[in-house]
Amino acid sequence: MTTVATQGTQAVQLTGVSKVFGRGAEALCALDQVSLTVAPGEFVCLIGASGCGKSTLLSLVAGLEQPTSGTISVSTKQVALMFQEPALFPWLTAAANVELALRARKVPKAERRQRTEELLDLVHLSGFGAKRPHELSGGMRQRIALARSLAQDADVLLMDEPFGALDAMTRDLLHDELDRIRDGRPFTVLFVTHNVREAVRLGDRVVLLSSHPGRVAGEFEVPIPRPRRIDSAPVAELAATITDKLKEAIAGHD
Amino acid sequence: MIEAIDQLDAVPAAGSRSNRGRRIWAGTWPKLAALIIVLVIWQLIHLSGWKKLVFPGPAPTLANLGDQAGTSLFWHAVGTTMQRAVVGFAVAVLIGVVVGALVSRNRPLRAAIGSLITGLQTMPSIAWFPFAIIIFGISNSAIVFVIVLGAAPSVANGLIAGVDYTPPLLLRAGKMMGLRRWSLYRHLILPASLPSFVAGLRQGWAFSWRSLMAGELLVIIGNEPSLGVLLSTDQDQTDMPSVMAIMIVILILGIIAHTAFGAADKAIRRRWGLDISV
Repeated sequence: MTTVATQGTQAVQLTGVSKVFGRGAEALCALDQVSLTVAPGEFVCLIGASGCGKSTLLSLVAGLEQPTSGTISVSTKQVALMFQEPALFPWLTAAANVELALRARKVPKAERRQRTEELLDLVHLSGFGAKRPHELSGGMRQRIALARSLAQDADVLLMDEPFGALDAMTRDLLHDELDRIRDGRPFTVLFVTHNVREAVRLGDRVVLLSSHPGRVAGEFEVPIPRPRRIDSAPVAELAATITDKLKEAIAGHD
Repeated sequence: MIEAIDQLDAVPAAGSRSNRGRRIWAGTWPKLAALIIVLVIWQLIHLSGWKKLVFPGPAPTLANLGDQAGTSLFWHAVGTTMQRAVVGFAVAVLIGVVVGALVSRNRPLRAAIGSLITGLQTMPSIAWFPFAIIIFGISNSAIVFVIVLGAAPSVANGLIAGVDYTPPLLLRAGKMMGLRRWSLYRHLILPASLPSFVAGLRQGWAFSWRSLMAGELLVIIGNEPSLGVLLSTDQDQTDMPSVMAIMIVILILGIIAHTAFGAADKAIRRRWGLDISV
């Protein structure tokens, strides 16, 4: 019934996970018997209509909430979570936000400054370390948030619609950035989005969740070679197929 | 490519320092104008002949203030009053922080005394004086006791509100980063509650200043000159210019303290980007 760290072959494994909020007649079943495995180094995108429990699923994997039933195992203790909002601490500079994550996992002080520099460099923001979050654009903030997540040195990165609030151009660039960063260090990603094209652009696999309650309604391998473009024909084609299936999943409930 | 977007996106830097003199002037002249208007109205009332025997015009009052400011008695009195204010406020902050921190973390404790703190805050501090005088006698302790009771609830409430309104998203982010207990407090909850805490300090100071003035008029300690004692003596002698001069001093001290807290508040807001218009 709890999130346990195991040395299994899967990075993340959910078995028959249900999550019910509230009790009795008021009870709301957010997730119903969800089973899902994510291999180490795999990039899995979760899509579904709003209210299908996508975010709840990430909270469960992150250990911020406990499942009502079922088991969740994560192969590592280091799990990072990135939100739709950057969630940077406004009283700290960009660099200090990144450094705090290093500090929280007890990286020695001498090493921290250099690691922070490297991470800022990785998200192409080396010159912006001294800025405060409010002095940065939305895209820059989200890149700082990404650098902060990477600072946790996690093997599993959970991303909850991290680019949902950004304009299309910035989002496309951040997709490229994410691919580039994972070329250097192929960590596992569980990525929640409601944008089917984004899911196909990024994922090795796309998992479709139905809503009320959330159930796995379909899975799609994405055999498109990288580098990918969100506006390329194969991406659009697969996205169209998945969208049709998504519509069925939603319609089946009304 | 992404750097090019950043160039477009970058928020322009704040205005240069050369504007500073102009900005200070822009903030100062309305205050000067208001002061002049008050003096003019005061002079007009005086000229109208209202309560002519006891109500002085601005000139003799300000002259009286100048005379008093040349005496060591006056500065001794200001010193005593300010010392009480600072000591009382410091004790209030200490107690307010401890109580606020405990109550914000402990649910039963909050249920027990949370509303009591708010209740204490609404109680006029002057009502505490009979109690304080019976317990501590006519002494400094009686005054400080009432200052602490007046100010500590505001300080505690400011801290509690700050902790309560720590954004849940930041709490989640902090927990994901691995911040726990003390480090969560130190790196997230305390800084996040700072604006509300400073607001509490500011209100606490206002309450302690009021309690202090009430206390100095009620608890007259022999051969210990304070602003309250001066005011009280001048009242006994029907020395209106002196009374009004001391009132002006009290007003000025209050404004100075208020400005200091306001500056602290503004500095925090600017640092956080809550108020980039400044």
